[in-house]
Amino acid sequence: MSDLTVALIGNPNSGKTTIFNLLTGLNQKTGNFPGITVDKKSGSFKLSDGRKVELVDLPGCYSIYPKSLDEQVVQEVILDKDHPQHPDLILVVADTTNLRRNLLLFTQIRDLGIPCIFILNMIDVADKRGLRIDIRNLQIDLGVQIITANSRTKAGLKNIRAAIESGGKVSKTLFQDPKEFCPEVVEEIEKHIDSDNAYYAYQLAQHLEYASYLSDEQIGLIKKIRDKHGFDKVDIQKEESKARYAKIEEVVARNLKSEKPKELVNQKIDSILTHPVLGYLLFFGVILLIFQAIFAWADWPMTLIENAFAEVSGFTKNALPAGILNDLLTDGVIAGLAGVLVFIPQIAILFAFISLLEETGYMARAVFLMDRIMRNFGLSGKSVVPLVSGMACAIPAIMSTRSIESWKDRLITIFVTPFMSCSARLPVYTILIGLIIPEDDKFWIFNMQGLALTAMYLLGFVAAIGSAALLRFLIKAKHSNYFVMELPSYKWPSWKNVGLTIYDKTFTFVVEAGKVIIAISIILWAMASYGINEEFKNAERIVQGNMPPNATEEAYDNQLASFKLEHSLAGSFGKLIEPAIKPLGYDWKIGIALITSFAAREVFVGTISTIYSIGASEEDEVTIRERLKNEVNPETGGPVYTPAVGWSLMVFYAFAMQCMSTLAVVYRETKGWKWPLLQLIYMTVVAYAAAFIVYQVYS
Amino acid sequence: MRNLSELKINQTARIKDFLDKDLSIKLMEMGCLPGTEIKIQLIAPFGDPIAVSVSDYCLSIRKRDAKKVLLED
Repeated sequence: MSDLTVALIGNPNSGKTTIFNLLTGLNQKTGNFPGITVDKKSGSFKLSDGRKVELVDLPGCYSIYPKSLDEQVVQEVILDKDHPQHPDLILVVADTTNLRRNLLLFTQIRDLGIPCIFILNMIDVADKRGLRIDIRNLQIDLGVQIITANSRTKAGLKNIRAAIESGGKVSKTLFQDPKEFCPEVVEEIEKHIDSDNAYYAYQLAQHLEYASYLSDEQIGLIKKIRDKHGFDKVDIQKEESKARYAKIEEVVARNLKSEKPKELVNQKIDSILTHPVLGYLLFFGVILLIFQAIFAWADWPMTLIENAFAEVSGFTKNALPAGILNDLLTDGVIAGLAGVLVFIPQIAILFAFISLLEETGYMARAVFLMDRIMRNFGLSGKSVVPLVSGMACAIPAIMSTRSIESWKDRLITIFVTPFMSCSARLPVYTILIGLIIPEDDKFWIFNMQGLALTAMYLLGFVAAIGSAALLRFLIKAKHSNYFVMELPSYKWPSWKNVGLTIYDKTFTFVVEAGKVIIAISIILWAMASYGINEEFKNAERIVQGNMPPNATEEAYDNQLASFKLEHSLAGSFGKLIEPAIKPLGYDWKIGIALITSFAAREVFVGTISTIYSIGASEEDEVTIRERLKNEVNPETGGPVYTPAVGWSLMVFYAFAMQCMSTLAVVYRETKGWKWPLLQLIYMTVVAYAAAFIVYQVYS
Repeated sequence: MRNLSELKINQTARIKDFLDKDLSIKLMEMGCLPGTEIKIQLIAPFGDPIAVSVSDYCLSIRKRDAKKVLLED
């Protein structure tokens, strides 16, 4: 338990998170705010008097009126006095170079009657631009303590700690009295809720639609009061903004002097970065670099993790007595754990880039550059990053859609992102392409295998864009859909922020997706290792009887594993769906692989390897490929894996939603099963239809 | 009446009014109030979106939304 709850509030790009990171260091964690799917970032530290502080980093916002899901949390935490994170003290962080706009949020927060401290961050940049601020007089005008800080050099950090210890101040007078706009409404609400803060009472009238913290009775009452006096919340909010800005203008005029003309550095960089030719070249260069990094650089740590788990699994298998517990541990739990942790390098690299792009201010320019193009397909400029990230893994990509304010744009982005070819599809493509296209086939100077792989990636991209264009007409916009975005000044990135973002996102993935992946992997393990029919129960005897007398023990083991899988629950299920997948060119063996692939697509390779009793490790592609090549279709007498089957399978994997973790993340992000289920159905239908057409046309 | 989408690069004008309620409260809290001076600072390659400088910073807005921002003559 903490002795003091402190909230950090500020505009986006005010350096709020840097201050959070400096104060808490690694003592931070990401959780959920109760009831909503917004990540709660909080950390803790000790004051010199021994008290423990819980510091909550609230999402960046421009005012107390929420425009997105993330911002919704801000009013909830501040207005709900019983909220577990309701602050005893609020630190409002402002970008000093942009004082007017930052003061709007500050004056709103300060009027709520919670002790406040105002932090003027980036004071060094303001200094360089020749902005002179009369801090002492500003303190008097605003009625709270002001601390100047430069979060890059940690200047001001000591003062912030000292100020937290002193507890901040509540100003006696309101900066802007809401009774100027709607006196009756405010007075009546004040009376009913027994509050002496007019702005708090007024905020309840404004946020009534989202006020989960009020009782039904209170909501009914406030609604009645609003109706009685014809309270138009939008009009009054406009009045409020106008009145506040008018006062802010006076305060700024009194306390801020500009001694230098405006600098044009940002404008010069912008003219290059958003240049019609150079801008796009640079943008695609950056995307290519990210793509390259996720593929090439992540490769060796991923192999390292895989090998380490293979070691652990092997060790456990030998160290523990054979039996169910052993199998559950090695094939269920450890395999599941490996399936989660193997994605860490890719997620870490992706978020390293995203956070770098955001820190420097380039991200907003990329959005600016891509918005017009993306809009043709019902997406927004902000969808670019999630879509590109989807090529690594749909899970962090869907997590990164939070920055899209428009619910419709965000939903469409979430819906189509899983079509982008993620890294888990790569092993499936690799093995199938190797199987159906000879290695030395060439088209002009290009290797055919490489071209086929490129085609698969393009196919995913086209499916994503096409589905988005279709969805644009099907999903109705709940709110009016505008796009207003700040282009922040360019900055050097803070490496600490980058590092902590990587840590934070990776950790969230491991915990959130990890739970589901491990659970599913245990279920699938059970399905593949248990059977209820007679063949399964007598597997040892039957296989023993069928083996040639001179067979090695290894051959017997492989044969037994294959036989068991065939008659297990998963195997029975594979046979059950065989009639349905036959038109796609698949037999029940592929059916089993399709089922187990729901844990993660790359499981395809492992399942195929078991089912054909290859006994080879998953890395041993050549062995698997040789074995698959020789697999004969009993009906035709030819090979099972004809080019038609190979292409049909690849197309199926390109489109199908075979990823429980993605479904779990979509559930979490959309707060319900409606969208993940629609996504599952839609993608399966598309995959089935496409695979059907490919197989029928090709063969 | 002129609107924001008709302004050329580096041209300056004052905001007069808004044609959309939701957009207007968003723009107003971002510092674009009636009477505020704005200048077109950047135009994206396909002519859309545009970026305006307002008070001390730079804000981007789609052309479709800029049409709903009326300017003083």
